[in-house]
Amino acid sequence: MSLVAHDVHLAYDRRTVVHGVDFAVPTGEVTVIVGANGCGKSTLLRGLGRIMRPTQGRVELDGTDLRRLRPRDVATRLGLLPQQPTAPDGITVADLVGRGRHPHQGAFRRWSAGDAEAVSNALALTSTHQLAGRRVEELSGGQRQRVWIAMMLAQDPGTMLLDEPTTYLDIAHQVEVLDLLAELNAERGTTVVMVLHDLNLAARYADHLVVMKEGRVLRCGHPGDVLDADCVREAFGLESRVLPDPVAGCPMVVPIGRHVPTLPATAMPA
Amino acid sequence: MSLLAPPRPARESVRRPRTALRGSLAVVVLLALLVLLAFASLMWGARDIAPADVWAALVSPVTGGNDHGVVRNERVPRTLIGLVAGAALGAAGALMQGVTRNPIADPGLLGLNSGASLAVIVAIAGFHVTSVDGYVWFAFLGAGVAALIVYGAASMGWEGVTPVKLALVGAAVTATATSLITVVLLMDRNTLREFRFWQVGSLANRSLDALTSVLPFVAVGLLVALAAGRVLNALALGDDVARGLGQDVTRGRLLVVLAVVLLCGSAVSLVGPIAFVGLVVPHVARAVVGPDYRWIVALSMLIGPLLLLAADVIGRLVVAGELEAGLVVAFVGAPVLLALVRGSRSVAA
Repeated sequence: MSLVAHDVHLAYDRRTVVHGVDFAVPTGEVTVIVGANGCGKSTLLRGLGRIMRPTQGRVELDGTDLRRLRPRDVATRLGLLPQQPTAPDGITVADLVGRGRHPHQGAFRRWSAGDAEAVSNALALTSTHQLAGRRVEELSGGQRQRVWIAMMLAQDPGTMLLDEPTTYLDIAHQVEVLDLLAELNAERGTTVVMVLHDLNLAARYADHLVVMKEGRVLRCGHPGDVLDADCVREAFGLESRVLPDPVAGCPMVVPIGRHVPTLPATAMPA
Repeated sequence: MSLLAPPRPARESVRRPRTALRGSLAVVVLLALLVLLAFASLMWGARDIAPADVWAALVSPVTGGNDHGVVRNERVPRTLIGLVAGAALGAAGALMQGVTRNPIADPGLLGLNSGASLAVIVAIAGFHVTSVDGYVWFAFLGAGVAALIVYGAASMGWEGVTPVKLALVGAAVTATATSLITVVLLMDRNTLREFRFWQVGSLANRSLDALTSVLPFVAVGLLVALAAGRVLNALALGDDVARGLGQDVTRGRLLVVLAVVLLCGSAVSLVGPIAFVGLVVPHVARAVVGPDYRWIVALSMLIGPLLLLAADVIGRLVVAGELEAGLVVAFVGAPVLLALVRGSRSVAA
């Protein structure tokens, strides 16, 4: 399973957002794409996931140009979860997860035992089995995100692309969702590529970090090698100090900013 | 015994038995109701005919028998036309609401009805066609041309056809056609007189020939509609998720719109522009089976004829000399829609 971008350019109408990205997704690892708003990270993800077609260059899945593959053949190997997907009103968790079987079904083909098993596994892996009969709109944000991930698991792709899967979640639910993805990666070998905004969570969960700036890859590699104060300054225009994360030892970005409250000297150790 | 841990809740089955069970049950009930209603439609009218006579007229007609003539020449065609047009309108409505992700979409949104109306005006004023059968091909052509213009204009631009663009272009085409219609009607009183009877929408005075000429289009449209249920299920999750699931969004939309044009073009040419059926029926179906479009489309094909034919029969009974089905439909359908809005939380598409 390999997903490789060759000199990929992506544009909305005539406005080019991604300018020639060369990037091989490391198989079986967790890759996190970070960068400032509007740097083209979500667009690159859409290009990798075949939602947008490159205006120049190509994306290859196992050596074949994505454009030359049938959409449903891509979908069985490559899953994509956009930012803030909306579920139809009144749909139950089991029904929504069942729709992940779309690429495995034909126009008049009935629901099969294989479909039922895939859905059941997906619910179990995401611990949403007990929610199966509930309506999606009744769930909390964190539960809902787990259900969408379950839908992608039912689709059963080897590679999952996720656009900001933690948006609008509180910190506990952010960690919960990222833990789930890390476990899927560790236990099933699923390749994960996701866009995240939080640099510290990105550094914690990424095997491979891609920092983008103005439609190009600024740096990529292991978070420990990539993420330093220079990188943050260049990518975000922000002064910061990068310290080792006291829990995991990976880089932790502490922004400086213009407003630093003056606290009593005892409040913080030096 | 209450000291023991509560029994573990049974693992909820992941197969979706509830939808399938409710759907199948609804199909059986609706089919039974349709058979009853169709028979009632053969019995009741300006003159009521006993069930035994209706049956005799169907299986062993006596030539010259007055009642038999009424059943075979008037009531059988209008009943069949009601069934076919109702199924087409119901399915087309479900497809439109699914493809636009808009719960108040109806087939009129594509400009089909106004295109058909304009073509019928041209037929009356320009070609002096005065029989309802003569309008059929004009209406079909008008509906097709309008849909072509709407879809073509909506697909311009880099992102292709989107639900919002479809709705906006459809509104523009409808407004233009409507004002052209008004201009002609204001200038030409004779055309106005002919046109208003067609425009109301009715099942009366149509021949079986009109039905058989559009039947192939309806058949293809209904088959495509049934196959399109899973496409709509994918599209309902949003374009990006649908693409991620391997659905070719552009091709899926084109397929669905094509089916709508076939179904709605047939219906409007048979019974006139009756838009309300396409709006109400999918909501009733959704209230019964939930958000699965494979079932919504199938049930809409049965609820559509039920509503249209019921309206026609009621119209025959309430006033001497008949009230057109197109008028009665709103009186039957509006309370249903209101009840759904009040009682349901899943009215949206």
